[in-house]
Amino acid sequence: MADRQDFAEQAMQYAPQLYSAALRMTRNQADAEDLVQETYLRGFRSFHTFTEGTNLRAWLFRILTNAYINTYRAKQRRPTETDLADVEDLYLYRRVGSMETAAANLSAEDQFLDLFTDDEVKSALEDLPENFRLPVLLADVDGFAYKEIAEMLDIPVGTVMSRLHRGRKAMQRALYEYAEARGITTGAAGTTADTTT
Amino acid sequence: MPDCNETIRELDTFLDGELSDDARAQIRHHLEGCVDCLQAFDFHAELKIVIARKCNNDEMPPGLLARIEQCFETDFDGDGAIGPPE
Repeated sequence: MADRQDFAEQAMQYAPQLYSAALRMTRNQADAEDLVQETYLRGFRSFHTFTEGTNLRAWLFRILTNAYINTYRAKQRRPTETDLADVEDLYLYRRVGSMETAAANLSAEDQFLDLFTDDEVKSALEDLPENFRLPVLLADVDGFAYKEIAEMLDIPVGTVMSRLHRGRKAMQRALYEYAEARGITTGAAGTTADTTT
Repeated sequence: MPDCNETIRELDTFLDGELSDDARAQIRHHLEGCVDCLQAFDFHAELKIVIARKCNNDEMPPGLLARIEQCFETDFDGDGAIGPPE
């Protein structure tokens, strides 16, 4: 049994990650702050159920996800279960990759990715319907395994995989649209210098 | 050994570290001899890194840490005692 006195010491280090995840979930600062506070309150209250030696970070994210689903989701205006238009595989890569001629230069496409601003990448994620957004957030931003995400969201592993696959493609399409809108897609071929239009 | 289609089909599970050692080795073996697939994997590996980095860097509002610490001292169950119920 874990000692409550240890909770503050061990758990506070995860506050920045939990806050970023809460922002991606709620999409506004006030709700994100409340959600993080609620997570620590619930965690403190039930810390005696935490098995020492297991993953405290995963345990806190599970509380965060539950608190969001049970409390804050009701306040969200958008529908929680939405389908996505089907997008072909390797959507962004095929568009960026076709501009590349030098197969030897693997880093040119990586430089293309660096052109996206933080806000563009955040928006591409936050604009996903929730049933796709949460798996992508938990996998790609917070690095959880399929099994952990399945437990957090109470869905089968196969569903996690299919939602991840489709959510990622939709996110790539959103990124491509940002790239097009800023005119950086044409500049990606050969050089990244002429990207300001 | 998996062909290009079979390799690309495992792109997610490979990059997510969800393949068995054996399946992983087979994909690696294909990538060593196929620059097309290697480039696609490289791109998506980098995309994952970019997403993780750019979506996980929000500055915490001033006061949030203090609000969290308050949780540890609040008599939230109204029993007159500080902290959670025993």
